[in-house]
Order: sequence, then structure tokens, then C-alpha cells
Amino acid sequence: MTSDAVISSENLTKKFGSFTAVDHITFEVKKGEIFGFLGANGAGKTTAMKMFCGLLRPTSGKGFVAGLDIYKESEKIKKRIGYMSQRFSLYEDLTVNENIQFYAGIYGLDRKTIRKKQHELSDKLQLTAYQNKLISSLPLGWKQKLAFSVAIVHEPDIVFLDEPTGGVDPVTRRQFWDLIYEAADAGVTVFVTTHYMDEAEYCDRISMMVDGRIEAIGSTDHLKAKYKVNSMNDVFLILARNVEI
Amino acid sequence: MRPPIDIYGISKHYEDIIALKDISFQVNKAEIFGLIGPDGAGKTSMFRILTTLLLPDTGEAYVQGYHIVKDYKKIREIIGYMPGRFSLYQDLSVEENLSLFASIFGTTIEENYELVKEIYSQIEPFKDRRAGQLSGGMKQKLALSCALIHKPEVLFLDEPTTGVDPVSRTEFWGILKNLKAYGITILVSTPYMDEANMCDNIGLIQNGEILSIDTPGKMTQDFDRDIYAIKTKHKHKFLNTLKSYENTYSVFSFGDSIHYIDVRNNVKESELISTFSKMEFPEFNIEKIKPTVEDCFMDLMKQE
Repeated sequence: MTSDAVISSENLTKKFGSFTAVDHITFEVKKGEIFGFLGANGAGKTTAMKMFCGLLRPTSGKGFVAGLDIYKESEKIKKRIGYMSQRFSLYEDLTVNENIQFYAGIYGLDRKTIRKKQHELSDKLQLTAYQNKLISSLPLGWKQKLAFSVAIVHEPDIVFLDEPTGGVDPVTRRQFWDLIYEAADAGVTVFVTTHYMDEAEYCDRISMMVDGRIEAIGSTDHLKAKYKVNSMNDVFLILARNVEI
Repeated sequence: MRPPIDIYGISKHYEDIIALKDISFQVNKAEIFGLIGPDGAGKTSMFRILTTLLLPDTGEAYVQGYHIVKDYKKIREIIGYMPGRFSLYQDLSVEENLSLFASIFGTTIEENYELVKEIYSQIEPFKDRRAGQLSGGMKQKLALSCALIHKPEVLFLDEPTTGVDPVSRTEFWGILKNLKAYGITILVSTPYMDEANMCDNIGLIQNGEILSIDTPGKMTQDFDRDIYAIKTKHKHKFLNTLKSYENTYSVFSFGDSIHYIDVRNNVKESELISTFSKMEFPEFNIEKIKPTVEDCFMDLMKQE
């Protein structure tokens, strides 16, 4: 493991009975990197992500997140990471401020810091007028931006984003990526899955998972050159379906 | 004679939220019409009204000539509906789900097998597996098979490709194209702008309003501003610089490039090159391009 790796795995494997969901994956993600974790449905992305988040015990292999062992230190890992998914992010029947308070409280931030964060976030996301409105009354795009900000409210080493922009309008989708860049510039490592191939281009590096294995890894320029195609969609097609372009 | 889907001035509100505002459009026989827009735009409300599951506040709509309120029973017999959320019986097997849907409509799998063959044959090896245990792509194929098994005249597909990987999405659209040969009219919704080109006609929808209706080709052709794609190694910094440039009308990241529109009409490419060269990032490539449907959508959002 190199010193600036925030995630590293060596032959990490997860089996469910006779089915191998994640099959000997070996890779590293560096500090401050935006890493795109791509693959077809059922390729094993969610299973791998759960292992890195300390939610699922691997069958074999090694894995470290923020320097912590995913077998022995999964509870410590949970304090050092942030997580956000498209499906579950915020409590719909709590207000904007209550959600911030709730998540910041769970991560052990003190009351003064929480109040400061409530101001900062509302200001940054232009939600000041909505601080006491229920989450259920906000448009999806706003919710997703707030959910991301809440997922990094405790300044984690790394944030896991599982299809964060699904169903979001094209302008808000780009504003969301502005937030990702801002977090990465502040030193937060970003681990993101997406089905939008244009978003793969916004990552520093991506990996492509096929049938539980990492079939390719590198910058999008590197991968397009390697497979001699012009778009990430074609790279996906070649790797995920073994199609000749 | 009315077109298979005929909508006049449909509006719908929920408490203080306006879901649909005076929507009108038509879908012709054996056409794929795409309703394209983000979550919360009103797509699902439109589908639920047309499939007779929800009453509009105002407006009229007809499906195959039948009125959505007065003739709701008739409409239910002749349409197939695939809702956005997975709608199958999780505890029934693949085959049980399909035969249940067939028997509800008084038919059998065998009778209309030809229609679902292309899709169903891909999941048939797993026909004894419970629907709840299928992968996302397979669930979607089973749901489409179930919506088709009674050979509907009009098919309503609400976000069939959401959360599905790009390759499976392309395959799904291939299947829809083939259904046109059976004369089936298809209304489909999607949040993925790149799927617009797979439709014969599209309606862009946002905040309950139709922003534009046309063929995807015509819509992008009619885009009346010059749009430039800029490629650079310093994409993010270049983008931020252009955001504060005085002549920027709009600038967005777009995959491996940046899409830039100038406030001045007919500004010369050479002028842009010389201006941008004086900014902090001298290494870049600029090229005038044809807009995509996503460019059109973002421009319409800006005008709103």
C-alpha cells in the first residue's frame, strides 16, 4: 500500500454460496482523487462498495480504507467515511436544519460546530429561506446537493456516492459535480458510481467492473486510447459486452 | 380519426404543488414518443392520468379514441403499462409473473409468445427464479414482457431505463424499435437526454410544463445559437474561467469537452481562439458543433 492511498485492496473477494460477486479485485484510490467505479448492473459494484464501507465482511483478500483494516476496524472506518445514494439520503419528514443537525450529531460534532455547519451549508446551497422547510417539499436536485453536503459534514477522508445524480435535471447534475470538485480540492477523496457516461469523463480515473473483476482501470483518455475508441460508451460496450467496435 | 394518444390541456395539482400545467400533445400510430425530463417534472402524473389511474383537474385525453374518464374500463383492456417502480410480484417466479399477467387479460403466454420472444427468451433460462431475486436488467425485461403479453395497442413505459447501465439501455431501445413493426404505439419517459435520439418525437418536460415538442432532429436543427466544443487538459479550471467571462451566454461541462455559447451572435471562431489564448490556459481545441437534445434542454431551462 502506497502512503497516499485512501482505499487499497488486494485480491479482495466476496462469495455468496457458490456465486462469486467480487472476484479478486486489486486496486488503489489516492487521496483527493475523484474515482469513478463503473460497471454493468450486477457486475459487483454494490457488493464491493459495501465491503469498503465496513458493512459486509469479505470472504478473502485484503482491504484498507483510510489506513484501517476492513476486517478488524470496520467500526472505525464508518466514522471516517461519508456515504450517499440516490435512494436513501435524507429524512423526508425532517426539515433541512434538522437533517443537518441529525447527521452532524451522529458523527459526534458539538453543538457550536453544528450551528456553524447549518449556516455554512444553507448559505452555500442557497437554502437559507428553506432552513425550516421539510425535505419532502424540496425539488430532487436540491435534495441531492444537500444530501451530498450532509454526507461530508464531518469532513471524512473519503465519500462514497452511489448513483448520486440519477434522475436529476442536466443543469443541477452539473452543479452537483461542481460540489464534488470542491470537496476533492479540499482533500476529500470521492468514490462515485454512475450510469451517465459523460460523468465518467469528470473523474480523474475510473475502473470498469465486469463479472466481479476489475477489467480495466485508468484515466478516460488512457482507456479510450487503449481500446482505440472515441467515447466511454464504446469502452463500456467493449468491456461489458465483449463487443467489437 | 383521433391519433392513438390525444391530449388537450391536461392540468393536475396536489395540494399546493402543480404537477402538470395545460399539457397537450398527440402520439401517432406505431410511433415512439419520448417524454424527457428530470424526476419531479410531472412524467409519472401524466402516465397515471393516461392509464386511467388518476383523474386530471382539467383537460381531456383519449387513448385509441376512448375517453380517459368515461371509457376507463375499455382503455385498461387495450393498454400495457410498465410503471417506474418495479411492479411485479417479488414472491412469484419469472414464469408465474408472466402467466399471471396473461391470464388477467384472458390470454396465455403461448398465444402471444411471438411478441415477447425477443425479450423473454433472454430471461427464460431463469424462469423458475423468484422475481425479487433478479438483477436490475432482468427485472426490467420481465416487466416489459408482462406489459406486452396481452398484445396491447398502446404501451406506456414510465422510466424503463432508469438505473440501468448504458449497454442494457441501448439493448432495451433496440427492443422497442422492433415493437413498432407490430403497430404498437409507445409513450416512454426517461431522464436520460441521450435516449432522445431513439424516439420518433420527443416532448421536453420540466416543472409540469412542456418546454418543446418536435422530432429530435428538428429540435437540435432549430437551435438558433452557435455552440462550440472546447477540449482542454485543464477542463475544470477552464470552465470556471469561462463562467466569469463577460461574453459567456452559457458554459457547461459536457463529457470530455466544454460546451460554450457566446452572447454575441455570429462571433468568429478565430476571435474566440485569440481571446481564450490570452486567458490562463493556452492549450485547447475549439470546434463549432451541432447541439444535442441536452443542449436544447439546458437552453430552454435557462429561458424559463
